[in-house]
Amino acid sequence: MKTSFWLAGVTALALAQPALAADTIKIGFVSTFSGPTAVIGNDMRNSFELALDHLGRKMDGKPVEVIYEDDQQKPDIGKQKTEKLVQSDKVDFIVGYIWSNVLLASLKTAVDSKTFLISANAGPSQLAGELCSPYVFSTSWQNDQTPAAMGLYMNQKGVKSVFLIGPNYAAGKDMLAGVKSTFKGEVVGEEYTVWPSQLDFSAELTKARNSKAESIFVFYPGAAGVQFLNQYVQAGIKQQIPLYTAFTIDELSLPLQKENALGIPGAQEWVNDLPNEENKRFVADYRKKYANLRPTYYGAQAYDAAQLINSAVVAVKSDLTKKDAMKAEMEKANFKSLRGPFKYGNNHIPIQNFYLQDVVKDADGQLSLKTVATIVENDQDRFHDKCPMK
Amino acid sequence: MFLLIEQLLNGLQFGLLLFLLAAGLTLVFGIMDFVNLAHGSLYMMGAYFAATFVGWTGSFVLGAILALAATLLLGIALEFVALRHLYGRDHLDQVLATFGLILFFNDMVRLIWGPAGLALPLPTWLTTPVQLLPGVYYPAYRLSIIIVALLVAALLYLVVMRTRIGMLIRAGASNREMAGALGINIKLLFTLVFGLGAALAGLAGLMQAPILTVQIGMGENILILAFVIIVIGGIGSIRGAFLAAIFVGLIDTLGRAFLPDLLRKVLSGAAASTAAPALSSMLIYLLMAIVLVVRPEGLFPAAKR
Repeated sequence: MKTSFWLAGVTALALAQPALAADTIKIGFVSTFSGPTAVIGNDMRNSFELALDHLGRKMDGKPVEVIYEDDQQKPDIGKQKTEKLVQSDKVDFIVGYIWSNVLLASLKTAVDSKTFLISANAGPSQLAGELCSPYVFSTSWQNDQTPAAMGLYMNQKGVKSVFLIGPNYAAGKDMLAGVKSTFKGEVVGEEYTVWPSQLDFSAELTKARNSKAESIFVFYPGAAGVQFLNQYVQAGIKQQIPLYTAFTIDELSLPLQKENALGIPGAQEWVNDLPNEENKRFVADYRKKYANLRPTYYGAQAYDAAQLINSAVVAVKSDLTKKDAMKAEMEKANFKSLRGPFKYGNNHIPIQNFYLQDVVKDADGQLSLKTVATIVENDQDRFHDKCPMK
Repeated sequence: MFLLIEQLLNGLQFGLLLFLLAAGLTLVFGIMDFVNLAHGSLYMMGAYFAATFVGWTGSFVLGAILALAATLLLGIALEFVALRHLYGRDHLDQVLATFGLILFFNDMVRLIWGPAGLALPLPTWLTTPVQLLPGVYYPAYRLSIIIVALLVAALLYLVVMRTRIGMLIRAGASNREMAGALGINIKLLFTLVFGLGAALAGLAGLMQAPILTVQIGMGENILILAFVIIVIGGIGSIRGAFLAAIFVGLIDTLGRAFLPDLLRKVLSGAAASTAAPALSSMLIYLLMAIVLVVRPEGLFPAAKR
């Protein structure tokens, strides 16, 4: 009699436990793992895996399962992969998204199913404004913020006029709009190129030179940044018109850009030499785990995404049905970000510092990025007023 | 005015580069009646060989010559090992087999050179711009592409029209069986033609490499343009490929250069900046569609079989 009572109690406990807490934390990860920009996806995956290593491959004591999906840099494929993760894999979180157009196509699927989506890179203006959602967080920035910081730096340098060149897709338009939002000089020209197929910028460079602008600003992420710099230098424009950039020179493109990138400034929210302890550990462990590779801001943002998810899982003790509590926890940004502490705005976009970065030769004689100055502190994106969440 | 001259040169340079790629494609397609989707892979291999050999030898010109020879040999080997067995088959089989080759080459490159791509830096004498007219500067490297491509075009014309090999190629093209019956070694001839086509694709790839970067899959986008050119120019016609390539290069570049400003006169600034790149990239396909309707055999078709 006594035994059966005990057994009933144990069974009840055993039954009750899984109903509350998940056995595994399932995370879907959408990024680009094929084609010329696969190096970016790989860097994000490497950093996310490193974050899981640092967490002991567990969140709140539960094992973590990550399903990686390749969006091929195409919005339609990204949407399909997101649907697959939400509907058939039933993941608890979706992370990733390099490209703003891919994220915009995938957003509705995640939001409608109330699955938390953490953008580890893309930050289209719509996401910060009218399309903001309680279920969407960013560990990166809103697209306009980085170029807007560059615009501020150009004002400091006393630049009087600029010629803008960027790719013709969601992020390209945000980036050029971002510079224009802060740059006080004259915008003498604005050119958009076909994305991602156009790799030859001769027509645009010729126009920029003939416009007599005092400076050129470009946004070309991934391999396009290498190609743009090659052509900018070969046309001899580097000696004539200084170049200002956002997301064009990073640790992935630098080995190909080489000396072409020397002396060309960029703005960024994360640089490998930021002096906080977490970042030092991240950079050192990354270079130890992945020989011959160096982490980028893409990776740092993916690392932060893993930490953000972990903070939510721990806060609700693995009971992933408590969406409101998880949202409330994530809004606190209660984890040690690699960029240093930041706060979330009402639209779940970080309010953060932006730094000026420069290309230098490091101790090993290799080209590397270095923080030169803080351009702006605690910068909030300019679309947060349009977000209905208060 | 200077702006127009510079943009015309940009268009000419792009067109001539496309010609190198299209010439090989049209030779193989027109003469051997063989659809080779892997032509873009040979373009990619030319670029990878160049980046490797330039790294080894330290000399751009020497590396480029070695890369050219390597692509020629690769083309001959490819024809000998794989493609030779597909000549009798219909086009769909050829498309499938050569599409498989694209995947094969992409993964082989990934295994050998890694996924990150390579850089092919130029020597300093090619990175300084040249003054063509007072006030008109042009990148020396792009100018050298124009010169090399024009020389190759002239050479190709001389070889095909004025030499015994060229005569055999033309004979093989107009009637394969008859040429064979007259004692010409058609198999050997086709191997040579394919090798030549591969070398031309390799040349295009290695010359494009310093402007762009050396990357997996770099030949796939540009191959579409090459097909557009041989359709516009007339399949099998080198003269057609030459003129159509320059035409396409000019339309593409001038469209990108001047369409946004034209559109801004009728549309609002933002709408024009968005529509112009989309519209200018459509122009060449529009041209192809018109050519297909008006002259389905192309603008300068090769002699009838």
